[in-house]
Amino acid sequence: MAEIEVRGLRKAFDGTEVLKGVDLTIENGEFISLVGPSGCGKSTLLRVIAGLEPQSSGEIRIDGISADGVRSSARNLAMVFQSYALYPHLSVFDNIAVPLRMKRLSALARLPILGRLMPGRQRTERGIRAEVERVADQLEISPLLKRKPGQLSGGQRQRVAVGRAIVRQPRAFLFDEPLSNLDAKLRVHMRAEIAQLHRQLKTTFIYVTHDQAEAMTMSGRIAVMIGGELIQVGTPSAIYEDPRDIRVAEFIGTPKINAFPGRIRGDGRLEVLGHVLHAATPAPAGECRVCVRPERIDLTGSGVFSGTVVHLENLGSEAFVHVASEGMSAPVVARVNDPSLLPTIGASVGYGFVPDAVRAFDGDGKRIATEIASRVERPRGMAVV
Amino acid sequence: MSDAVATLQAVPATARNRVPVFAGSRPAARSAYALVAPAFILMLMMLIGPLAGVIALSFTDYQLGAPSFAWIGLSNYHEMFADRVFWISLKNTLTYVAIVVPGAVALGLGTALLIQSGAGLRSLYRTIYFLPVMATLIAMAIVWEFMLHPQFGLVNGVLRAAGLQGHSWLQERGTALYSLCAIGVWQATGFNMVLFLAGLVSIPKHLYDAAEIDGAESAWSRFCLVTWPLPGPVTLFVVTISAIRSFQVFDTVQVLTKGGPSKSSEVLIYTMYAEGFEFFRSGYGAALTVVFLAFVLLLTLVKSALGNREVHYA
Repeated sequence: MAEIEVRGLRKAFDGTEVLKGVDLTIENGEFISLVGPSGCGKSTLLRVIAGLEPQSSGEIRIDGISADGVRSSARNLAMVFQSYALYPHLSVFDNIAVPLRMKRLSALARLPILGRLMPGRQRTERGIRAEVERVADQLEISPLLKRKPGQLSGGQRQRVAVGRAIVRQPRAFLFDEPLSNLDAKLRVHMRAEIAQLHRQLKTTFIYVTHDQAEAMTMSGRIAVMIGGELIQVGTPSAIYEDPRDIRVAEFIGTPKINAFPGRIRGDGRLEVLGHVLHAATPAPAGECRVCVRPERIDLTGSGVFSGTVVHLENLGSEAFVHVASEGMSAPVVARVNDPSLLPTIGASVGYGFVPDAVRAFDGDGKRIATEIASRVERPRGMAVV
Repeated sequence: MSDAVATLQAVPATARNRVPVFAGSRPAARSAYALVAPAFILMLMMLIGPLAGVIALSFTDYQLGAPSFAWIGLSNYHEMFADRVFWISLKNTLTYVAIVVPGAVALGLGTALLIQSGAGLRSLYRTIYFLPVMATLIAMAIVWEFMLHPQFGLVNGVLRAAGLQGHSWLQERGTALYSLCAIGVWQATGFNMVLFLAGLVSIPKHLYDAAEIDGAESAWSRFCLVTWPLPGPVTLFVVTISAIRSFQVFDTVQVLTKGGPSKSSEVLIYTMYAEGFEFFRSGYGAALTVVFLAFVLLLTLVKSALGNREVHYA
């Protein structure tokens, strides 16, 4: 159990700054995901926390004590790697036993044959055996203990890697994209297992992923990193519903949020593609981006916008309709909950969205507050704008 | 519709045509044997034939150039096992192997680790250490002869400068074999280093990360956990190749000591050479060759047994 504090953390490789001053407090027992596109520095942040890379400046505190200059092993954090990093020459049992043997046996007692002669080794080994078997039981890999990693499937290797992490009862778990080498079905399954593991262990979990679905489904809080900076930290629903930056809005959510080119008029009303929205902002007049999630785009109503259907994605339970509109560089994506009501490709459709679906961002990509413009009469009495 | 019918009929027809090939009908089998023949004949001529010839020769009293020979059964072997020189040369060969293999493997690995951990000049060092492998051993043996010369050799010169007693390295019974061992180690290290370098490069970096996280703090524990076991297949290959090449030691013996003084550096291949080409006792030489081949075969069997069981190929 540990509270981990990151203060003003910077990291540069050969003059290229990968982390540009990261501040983050991870609560004791929390499951936090670091999410962001590849190359955003999330893995580097994790490696610095783990002690595998020294930071260029800034500080890491674990349970209030500075971890600077403390070796990885002494930080007592466990890490699960993307490639699992199992020792291929050791059996599953020995792989899981490595951290315990490193901690409890002297270098002499670890020697292959000579070590057996060391006093107390037998007893220590018995203790290690019991603990490894308990962990194997918990992860349901007991029948695999004698096998080598090369004889295991991806999912089984994943469990062994998790086993090696939990056997030492670390203060916190660091996961570096642990599911990205698994196939889609197993990934969904392991997602639930890791979340369940967190509920069981109640230890701090730091989980790095580029897959926002993993971050959304597993974690208590999400920290979105882009370009070496933490852009927003919050609960999954807050990140999804209330993104503070257009990069967060665009990164979280599949399909990507629709971004319309917009304008703030002199009276504070938002204008999109020549239509004045039913939403207003206190922000000064100028260019802006008006973003709407696909599920908030309404194809059924008689919206004011119109376009041509260019592509359909029917997933069975839901479907996505791509609509090309004049003035938009990318098609607008709308979710249709009932795939039987899909338009055909090439059909002209009208669409719209309600004012509270609007998330507006200024020229720098920062979120600007919007409110429903109640004062002004609705043009031609439309329900949706 | 007609297309479909045609296809349906065509499938069993093709199958019927194919079946005889597997069943071994005459024309097909003949062409199959014809295709295999070149490789088979070459193998027979180049590998199996000479081997069988040597084994057969070891049961005869054939002498090089003699018009006739007689089958003498195991006489050559009886003579060999009763011969003191054979046992000396076998013991010397095993001593040579026992010194050169661990020496060249340890130094090869050590050099590879140093070069691997070094920042710059890697390829320069690699080239320098690989030079002895590229140079002809006969030529290098002459250089070594000068280096080990009792009066003006570099080795004794250095020893004298350090206030130590020099030796007539190649002319003394106590040092001749060990001097040859040193040259053998020197020669094999570079080759082993290159192989180990390839093995070390292929160790995934994240295993060192995992070892660090798991508490392998000292360089020694990281070596035991990752660096030594991971290139296992390479190590096994290096050990086997070094052992076979050490068994074959001949050039330095021939150039520097001729097996002497008083058989103290006599080794198997040199005995074989002397018996077969100096005394022209080809039958006896063949018997020695068979013993030599038995050792090499044993090594190869040990390697493949270990390779299948102990060494992982992840």
